[in-house]
Amino acid sequence: MIQLRHLLSASDLDRGTAVEVLDTAATMAATQARQIKKLPPLRGRTVVNLFFEDSTRTRISFETAAKRLSADVINFSPKGSSVSKGESLKDTVLTLGAMGTDAIVVRHAASGAPHRLAHSGWTDAAVVNAGDGTHEHPTQALLDAFTIRRHLAGGGGDLAGLTVAIVGDVLHSRVARSNVSLLTTLGARVTLVAPPTLLPVGVDTWTCAHSYDLDRTIDELRPDALMMLRVQHERMSAAGGGFFPSPAEYQREYGLDAPRLARLGREAIVLHPGPMNRGLEITSAAADGHRSVVVEQVANGVAVRMAVLYLAMTGKETP
Amino acid sequence: MTATDRVTAAATVIAGAALPDGMRADIVLRGETIAQVMPAGTVDADDASLDHAVRVDASGWVALPGLVDLHTHLREPGGEDAETVRSGSRAAAAGGFTAVHAMANTFPVQDTAGVVEQVLRLGEEAGYVDVRPVGAVSVGLAGERLAELAAMARSAAAVRVFSDDGKAVADPVLMRRALEYVKTFDGVVAQHAQEPRLTEGSQMHEGVVSAELGLTGWPAAAEESIIARDVLLAGHVGSRLHVCHVSTRGSVEILRWAKSRGIDVTAEVTPHHLALTDESVRGYDPRFKVNPPLRSADDVEAVRAALADGTIDVVATDHAPHPPEAKDCEWAAAAFGMTGLETALAVVHELMVVSGRMTWADVARTMSTRPAAIGRLTGHGCPIAPGEPASITLFDPAERWTVRPDALETASPNTPWVGRELVGRVQWTWLRGRPTVADGKVRR
Repeated sequence: MIQLRHLLSASDLDRGTAVEVLDTAATMAATQARQIKKLPPLRGRTVVNLFFEDSTRTRISFETAAKRLSADVINFSPKGSSVSKGESLKDTVLTLGAMGTDAIVVRHAASGAPHRLAHSGWTDAAVVNAGDGTHEHPTQALLDAFTIRRHLAGGGGDLAGLTVAIVGDVLHSRVARSNVSLLTTLGARVTLVAPPTLLPVGVDTWTCAHSYDLDRTIDELRPDALMMLRVQHERMSAAGGGFFPSPAEYQREYGLDAPRLARLGREAIVLHPGPMNRGLEITSAAADGHRSVVVEQVANGVAVRMAVLYLAMTGKETP
Repeated sequence: MTATDRVTAAATVIAGAALPDGMRADIVLRGETIAQVMPAGTVDADDASLDHAVRVDASGWVALPGLVDLHTHLREPGGEDAETVRSGSRAAAAGGFTAVHAMANTFPVQDTAGVVEQVLRLGEEAGYVDVRPVGAVSVGLAGERLAELAAMARSAAAVRVFSDDGKAVADPVLMRRALEYVKTFDGVVAQHAQEPRLTEGSQMHEGVVSAELGLTGWPAAAEESIIARDVLLAGHVGSRLHVCHVSTRGSVEILRWAKSRGIDVTAEVTPHHLALTDESVRGYDPRFKVNPPLRSADDVEAVRAALADGTIDVVATDHAPHPPEAKDCEWAAAAFGMTGLETALAVVHELMVVSGRMTWADVARTMSTRPAAIGRLTGHGCPIAPGEPASITLFDPAERWTVRPDALETASPNTPWVGRELVGRVQWTWLRGRPTVADGKVRR
């Protein structure tokens, strides 16, 4: 069995490791169909959900995963990070360490905060990145890969031969960064679709293609999976950066509406990391239609996070 | 110690040092001036006036005119948790400097005659280097209206370099007025070239690495567009412009064009922009967070070439101390800046001299003569010749040393070179005949 010291970035996972995490998640998922869902492996171990940024969905998913593995869970949401003059990240983590923490699941508005935590010497705990700034969200990518594999690759192995289009605000998206890395590691072909203002400078060096045209991508690339990213309304205003003229124009150019949905291939699925802006990047027809796997993504999130916590926390001696 | 204590009374003989032009020489210092410079080994052993002279065996070492930094943050008044004029002056002496220009972004800001005179006096009291205060261009560095530049120029501090460094003078009209106004007293405006709207929230150089790390980018164009505007303004009104910490290839190309047109512009590059790239940011270690940010390898190559060919006139440290907690945190929360006074000469030596791109004469020009000239600073940047001020630094190009923050004189630990081995170290520094560094140690 592999062991993860930390999970900071999807790019830390090579193909073999990624497949094994997904296989472990499949084992976990199988147990979740039982009436008694709780498993014993992390009994007596402590997981802290350290959320500097609000994310009820992700926090609940990690909390559920840890509890299903019998870990003790502490949820800690400091009011504001050190950026807003609260207690510093370092002091918060030293405090948690003093209380005996085996794993820290961290969500932070600053890109690289989990990396800093893992490498600063402030803590011995395993660090799991639950989303850092506009950098990475590796467990989201794992659950997306898990969902795609289950639907389109028979539930095993990698994603070789599949084509995935990721549509929307790539510039500010940690989900996109993690998915590009993980899905290409697993052999999928990835195309990013966004207006040029919402693609980062340097994207042409990434391991994926990119396009400014959603219609051409759908018609010419015939993607097996379409992943719609959340677009924040604030990005549209001049004060928020003025990345796009208006929500209406965004919806017309990049929204997944009924006509675009109808042109997708027979087996194609639609993913969204949530929370969705219905009527902006995705219409209700697409969100609730038979191609949508959005609700299943949430369920798979628990299994994937169980696998990550299990692999990061077992095999290490408890002092 | 006793030997060096006698120096004011007796002469000093520096034996066998290599001068910037490569000649090996014996140098005799008497009082505040250089008394003699003669071929190595020819100093008269029978000269009775040298009986009690301090003798420094400098064979294998290089003698340079005392270094002059155009861009130093000494933090005092207001930032004494990071550095004081005294600790920063000691760091400067240790690095071979005999004069530094203390940037204006103190608290209170150096925007009045009173504050610049206070900094001048603190420098004199410390006594390690000549501290030349830089005056703020705008009141409170707010970029709205001119500070009383003439009052600072006429003060005891005799300010000649004006800068809002840390921020750009972004308003083109204010910049034009400043450029014109300082002509009255032969001043220069030193611009921190950063278009503010293009760099809102920026954390590092915008490029492949920033995209990968998810850190907001600081595009090269935000520096280059301000430099382009300012050289045009300086040309239009016939003023002197100095560009701080040039970091991109595009900036170099604009400067080259401006100089070819006869525009009176000078520019500086920092040791860290000569040495480091944005790849250093990958570990999210805030020691590498600096403004302007570390750029691409192509930019680094461009600034090295520009320093060697004279397009960039000088090396300046942008020594920017910060207390430990300002860097012991996540990247976005960390302060911009790194220290540099004590490592500058070794870094330039390794990158530019060992590589054969510059001679020691070029080092003397870019780290002493030209910065003194740009700052209109007399008594520094002078040739090592009889009758000139005895402000000299002796550098041993062979000594290898590993940088340990607690072994440095600066009060702050934010050096990017921590744990790195540097090649070459300052052994002696004299400020007008008085050793501030002796046998590799800062005095007092």
